[in-house]
Amino acid sequence: MNRDELIEQLKGQIIEQLNLQAVTPADIKTDDPLFGEGLGLDSIDALELIVLLQQHYKIKLANAEEGPKVFRSVGTMADYILAHGQ
Amino acid sequence: MALEAGLSAANFLQALYRQVQPAYPKWYKMDKLSQLGLLAAELLLRSVDQGATDPFGKAIVLQSAHGCLDTDLRFVAQLDDIPSPATFVYTLPNIVIGEISIKFDCKGEQAMLLCEKPDAGMLEAYVHSLFAEGHTGLCLCGWLDAFGESLSATMFAVTAGEEGETFNKENIQQYFDHEQG
Amino acid sequence: MGNKVHIAGTGVISAIGMNLAQNLSSLAAGRTGIGAIRRLPTVHQADFPSGEIALSNEELQEKCGWHSYPKNSISRTAMLGFLAAKEAVDAAGLSLPDMAGDRLRCGFISATSVGGMDLTEDFFPAFIQNPATGGSLRQVRQHECGAVTNHIANALNPGNWTYTTTISTACSSAANAIMLGARMIKAGILDVALAGGADALSRFTLNGFNTLMILDHEPCQPFDRQRRGLNLGEGAGYLLLVSDTVKEQYGLSAKVRVTGYANANDAHHQTASSPDGAGSYLAMKDALAISGLQPADIQYINLHGTGTQNNDASESTAIRRLFTEGLPRLSTTKGFTGHTLAACGGIEAAYSVASLERQCLYPGLRITQPVIEEPGVMVSSFEEGVSLKNILSNSFGFGGNCSSLIFSVS
Repeated sequence: MNRDELIEQLKGQIIEQLNLQAVTPADIKTDDPLFGEGLGLDSIDALELIVLLQQHYKIKLANAEEGPKVFRSVGTMADYILAHGQ
Repeated sequence: MALEAGLSAANFLQALYRQVQPAYPKWYKMDKLSQLGLLAAELLLRSVDQGATDPFGKAIVLQSAHGCLDTDLRFVAQLDDIPSPATFVYTLPNIVIGEISIKFDCKGEQAMLLCEKPDAGMLEAYVHSLFAEGHTGLCLCGWLDAFGESLSATMFAVTAGEEGETFNKENIQQYFDHEQG
Repeated sequence: MGNKVHIAGTGVISAIGMNLAQNLSSLAAGRTGIGAIRRLPTVHQADFPSGEIALSNEELQEKCGWHSYPKNSISRTAMLGFLAAKEAVDAAGLSLPDMAGDRLRCGFISATSVGGMDLTEDFFPAFIQNPATGGSLRQVRQHECGAVTNHIANALNPGNWTYTTTISTACSSAANAIMLGARMIKAGILDVALAGGADALSRFTLNGFNTLMILDHEPCQPFDRQRRGLNLGEGAGYLLLVSDTVKEQYGLSAKVRVTGYANANDAHHQTASSPDGAGSYLAMKDALAISGLQPADIQYINLHGTGTQNNDASESTAIRRLFTEGLPRLSTTKGFTGHTLAACGGIEAAYSVASLERQCLYPGLRITQPVIEEPGVMVSSFEEGVSLKNILSNSFGFGGNCSSLIFSVS
């Protein structure tokens, strides 16, 4: 899977994992911040994204402190998966 | 309010949410107990002028039979796989009070009392003692329960000054009886 | 302003002792109860050090004297709660059934967050395999929190309670139980209130706190800059509260009273505390107002101090905002017991009462770089011969539920 396909897949998975019922994949811009302004996600959502990485990509983020860097945007998430996934 | 009959509990809450429109960003994250509590609080408090009430003067006292049991069961079922932090958050019966507090800026006392059925005497005593201590201006209180397909909410918004006259065991019981019937 | 609220007895069970005396000698000796999990069957046994009580369920049941119950039918929460609640009554030298016979109104106000979840966890796998016949239903009879309260109430004082209730407001539960008991005595609704809380370690809470990523993989370092999270614990703590009349009538030597209490909501987030500690500030401020004391009258605070980044930052900010003219002495005992959730307010109330009775301060553990840097504020070793009149104890829970209690020498 290339980066663009991965990004599209991720958008769908984020919507499902976080139960963002009012959001469509098109609403999530690849490089917009996921937290704070962007989708208005909070710390519990960050933990859910850690579960998402583990469930779908078998990547274990051992330290929650890494979260902000990895989950800055869908783009940074995709880069992290490409670098660390199996 | 016109809602289609025969809706599932989840769809009922969803349909009511669309009508009431409390505009709360966490709506889709919440469990049924919190959704029900938030809607009941919204319907009640939208007609109460809170402008002059200090946030610390806004108290919440609820009674429930099942508390968060519905969500406990969902979380236990996840333990074999990777459990969800968002589910775990709602495995406490007082989280609904936290949600209402965030929505309506209530920083006063709060209690979640677990009892088999609505207890009008206990509610009267608790709420009166709260007002007697002096700093409570508004108390949101009553019965809130959600388990499986069963939802029930009977809530009161009591303000300082009027609690002595109308907020008594007999009056509360009448509303509870209606709820049970 | 109504009745005074006297503390006639206290009882504690935790990872550092099976009774109050053992708890206090561990605190004085700096002996921690945190270690690898041995008893609870979990894949995380080696991952998260915890404050587990060494006794098995069978041993605890034996200690309770509950021989006639089948194995695995009583929640560990109920056994821990019973042992600590009974110690509080015995310490006062009172017999609850006799008191009820004297027409005194006795209340039991018990807090828990897990209830009988420990048994439910054992029931669930077999039930899921085969819903028709799998698992013994005996194991879910105590799932509901109120069932645990009822079990303890009946074992202590069968049929004689004027009032029993269960409080479940997460980690502030036991503090809120004590607050309700004190209030009911003050208002003249009860003459005697046995109030506190109990929680057993369970896979439910261990996995839940793990998903929130706030568990420390090492023994916790609350109120230290290096802190990494909390260790869970288990236990129970209860106070026997009595009115003026009861104290006089039975000639009790109760030296410490509950003088202040308050509860407030942080209204910030489901699980996180606000950066400025709005809820904890309001709870401490109002508890002082109820007791008629000024910040300068408090000599020591038993902190909530869990060891998470968030709690300790928020709590210390709130304390600095309120105690502007000098900080009281501070420590948190969670480095000894772990975070016992709904029980911690009761356990730490018993420690606070002991501090006042014995005029000593119990330390926090493993502080190398204190969050509060001023010298002489954090209690880092056992101190005797101090002068203490009023102690404040904090307990804060998820849902923004913040409670403070004040204990004073009579």
